[in-house]
Amino acid sequence: MEFFLVTLLNSLSYGLLLFMLSSGLTLIFSMMGVLNFAHASFYMLGAYFAYQTSVYLGFWPALVVAPALVAVLGALTERYGLRTVHKYGHVAELLFTFGLAYIIEELVHLIWGRAPVPYRIPEILDFSAFSVFSTKYPAYRVFMMLVSVGMLGGLFLLLTRTRIGLIIQASLTHPDTVEALGHNVPRVFMGVFAGGAALAGLAGVIGGNAFVTEPGMAVSVGTIVFVVVVFGGMGSLAGAFVASLIIGAVQTFSVAFDVSLLTLFAKLGFTPDPQSAWMELWKVTIAQAAPVLPYVLMVAMLIVRPKGLMGTREG
Amino acid sequence: MAASLELRQVRKSFGKTAIINGVDLAIERGERHAVIGPNGAGKSTLFNLISGRFPLSTGNILLNGQDITGLAPQEINRRGLSRSFQITNIFPKLSVFENLRCAVLWSQGYRYSFWHRVGGLKDVRARADELVERIGLKRRRDTLAGVLSYAEQRALEIGVTIAGGAEVILLDEPTAGMSNTETEDAVALIRAVSEGKTLVMVEHDMSVVFGLADRISVLVYGQVIATGTPAEIRGNKAVQEAYLGVEADTAEGAH
Amino acid sequence: MADPVVEAVARAVRNAPASGAEPGLMHWRRAMVWAAVAAVLIAAPQVFNQGFAVSMLSQMGIAIIFALSYNMLLGQTGMLSFGHAVYFGLGAFFAAHALNAIGAGSLHWPVSLLPLVGAAAGLAFGLVFGYVTTKHSGTPFAMISLGIAEMVAACSLMFPSFFGGEGGISTDRVVGDKVMGVDFGPGVQVYYLIAAWCFVCMILMFALTQTPLGRMANAVRDNPERVKFVGYNPTRIRFLMLALAGMFAGIAGALEVINFELITAERLGTAASGTVLLMAFIGGVGHFYGPIIGAILITFLQSALSNYTQAWLLYFGLFFLVMILFAPGGIASLVTLHKPAVQTRLLGRLALPYAGAAVAGAVLLAGLIMAVEMFYHYETKREQVGAVMSLFGQQFDTTATGPWLMAVALLVVGGVLLRLAARPIGAAWTEIAAAVNRGQGN
Repeated sequence: MEFFLVTLLNSLSYGLLLFMLSSGLTLIFSMMGVLNFAHASFYMLGAYFAYQTSVYLGFWPALVVAPALVAVLGALTERYGLRTVHKYGHVAELLFTFGLAYIIEELVHLIWGRAPVPYRIPEILDFSAFSVFSTKYPAYRVFMMLVSVGMLGGLFLLLTRTRIGLIIQASLTHPDTVEALGHNVPRVFMGVFAGGAALAGLAGVIGGNAFVTEPGMAVSVGTIVFVVVVFGGMGSLAGAFVASLIIGAVQTFSVAFDVSLLTLFAKLGFTPDPQSAWMELWKVTIAQAAPVLPYVLMVAMLIVRPKGLMGTREG
Repeated sequence: MAASLELRQVRKSFGKTAIINGVDLAIERGERHAVIGPNGAGKSTLFNLISGRFPLSTGNILLNGQDITGLAPQEINRRGLSRSFQITNIFPKLSVFENLRCAVLWSQGYRYSFWHRVGGLKDVRARADELVERIGLKRRRDTLAGVLSYAEQRALEIGVTIAGGAEVILLDEPTAGMSNTETEDAVALIRAVSEGKTLVMVEHDMSVVFGLADRISVLVYGQVIATGTPAEIRGNKAVQEAYLGVEADTAEGAH
Repeated sequence: MADPVVEAVARAVRNAPASGAEPGLMHWRRAMVWAAVAAVLIAAPQVFNQGFAVSMLSQMGIAIIFALSYNMLLGQTGMLSFGHAVYFGLGAFFAAHALNAIGAGSLHWPVSLLPLVGAAAGLAFGLVFGYVTTKHSGTPFAMISLGIAEMVAACSLMFPSFFGGEGGISTDRVVGDKVMGVDFGPGVQVYYLIAAWCFVCMILMFALTQTPLGRMANAVRDNPERVKFVGYNPTRIRFLMLALAGMFAGIAGALEVINFELITAERLGTAASGTVLLMAFIGGVGHFYGPIIGAILITFLQSALSNYTQAWLLYFGLFFLVMILFAPGGIASLVTLHKPAVQTRLLGRLALPYAGAAVAGAVLLAGLIMAVEMFYHYETKREQVGAVMSLFGQQFDTTATGPWLMAVALLVVGGVLLRLAARPIGAAWTEIAAAVNRGQGN
């Protein structure tokens, strides 16, 4: 029970972090039709910028400075990159962001090196918030959840209650009409792209020190975010939310299960031949299989429901 | 003998909005049939239902007496029903000849073959070249379809539609957006290629409709309010009120 | 650069009727091209006969097969895959185990036909994964292909006895019976085996583009919706193309095993998939021969650049971005673009403007290289070897302001010069476009 509660909390904070990433990705995708391959790279840059800022100014300024810097980079990417390749079609746009992700990773290698950087949790948050039975739960995890929930609440209000939000929603479906009404759609696109990047950057600020800030983080998180988006259904924010929590839970819980097919066979009273070539497969525990599970879930979803959980478009 | 194409109580709703509201229609073999109606009456949706692009909500569609309801577009096409599109829908980066060749391949039985050399298939080449000539694009044979003029693309659209030799041909506004001379050419082409076949077309240009069609159906708000010969339709009070009265003015204004 | 002009020329070219060569003449020309390719393949190791050169040629041959198989997806069917290395890698692992079985005497199979094992594995996995992925197209397909690639990569760590863990599976190609004095010991024998397979695969893949399936794949790339209404199922076409592309990738993987006698799980990862995408794209996905150029160029750059600089991956990425932004059709499309200049005999008009742009580009590139290399030295090597580095035969102190200012100056000057150089290029193209239009008027 204790283990379950702690893991549940961990999976929740991780799932919310995933949603901060997948929501930005989904917004950009449904609005511009562009799958931003560099989205997780913005997450990584957020973490590195936060690390660098915290070296000079401390953690709290970094919480604002890093996402702002990432937003500027996002705006520049849209203005001088995507808008140029837009006329060549979606494949070119996707390839552009793919190339960008590649370059960002190399630049990170160049500037900060290949080893993880010591980006740490600020001391003021380095205590235990409460105890679950005998386990002390770290305050920083609670802080992460608060930031993500606050951020997403803000995003929701922005989209539903403000003029800009309404324009964004309208240009999701009817860009031409919105432009005809005198709104500058390219600028809205740039704003959305920058906003999505800032969200990813913020996720990097709070995720980078909870996990590890290293050059491989973009790739490892990026593919999971893609799985989330495909699983939840492309272009659906609600789907991305549910999928983020599910995938987050699967990843967090599976690590803890030391059960294999062999255990199951034993329960069923069946002992496979130890010399069998399949023995290696039977012996794999859920914990060992943890890295594969999100992808297996994705493939299973695609077979059962190609649109994804709540998707509206079919590819 | 069964009708060439028969619709039985066909309905289609998008969400709560009913677009096609119980259409019954029987089109005889060799007939040229026009479907007319005001904008938003559901004409294009009807074509999308018949050709398998959208699933029906309820009802049945029969092709030569066989039920084709719920079949995929390619399966319907293989049974001898082919359609064109209102918005030109061709292969822009392939040449005119290759567009037609792609449309011919299945009907000649080559399926997904990766062991035939397409250049060596005399039957396919002959048929595709015959089509190039028939739609009047011989001079443009090796031009990419994407850079043809609008009228040429419309002709190619018809060419791609008839290439497989379908018995039932659906044309969706084949003359839309054309000048008068272009329309005359298009009508001559349609008349020629539909010889001996069953033709169903949606058309706004009344001179084309009354010049080509053996019978006409009038679709209003997703229902067929009248079906008959051009003379009958012209004389039909309900049609005049619901449709021709309004449209005839605008049609004349356009001339 | 001068975009509108270039586009106008391209349009003029497209409008012009294609050279209506006689079918007989075309066959003759095609046969000549293949004969020339064969001659190059045979002569290459005689000209470049040092050990490392032969080894590089072998790698190029493998890369050509792999890149062409990738282009069956991207260029011919319009499927952007981020996981094509899966089929290469799985083909390679099955081939490695087969080769070990041959060595152990439990399998009787000539080493020269080992690629058939890779082909079978690539095809089998192509059929399995293709079934799941090809129901989708466009962006969802791209994402799913990445997911499948990650899944396979993650699996490779779970099953060390098949994938060999970190160290991979090593093997020995000098096994089985010697056939006519050939045992694939020397590198040049391996090269000729690879060259032979490369030649056969090139012909087969080209032939595929000329079949009903190949042609319909182009139609699916252009307009999958319309394909349904001419009787074909676009999903089935994507599925078959993916399975066949997987088969050719498997052949390349098996040749890799013979060449290196080692295969690691890295070769089926997403980075390897990215590299083959890079090859096909930079070479040009719109032309059959594009990926061949890309495979040769990238393989060469990989081994050449990685000897000189640790930042080579960064240069690679920048090269890729510049290509996407300014020449999305790849090198092959740049070649095609100049056809009208050749036809109107105005290619010479471009020489001087191009030379100007080349100088400007060289200045810009020098500035970029200087900045990157100095930065790299400052960050990673300063503490071990001191602040001074040598570049272009010069000594630079990476802690002094002077060299940095110089790098920035080169970048700025190069950029300005490139802008200036664009104008005469535009003028020359306008002239060519006019000449093309005049020619058409006749």
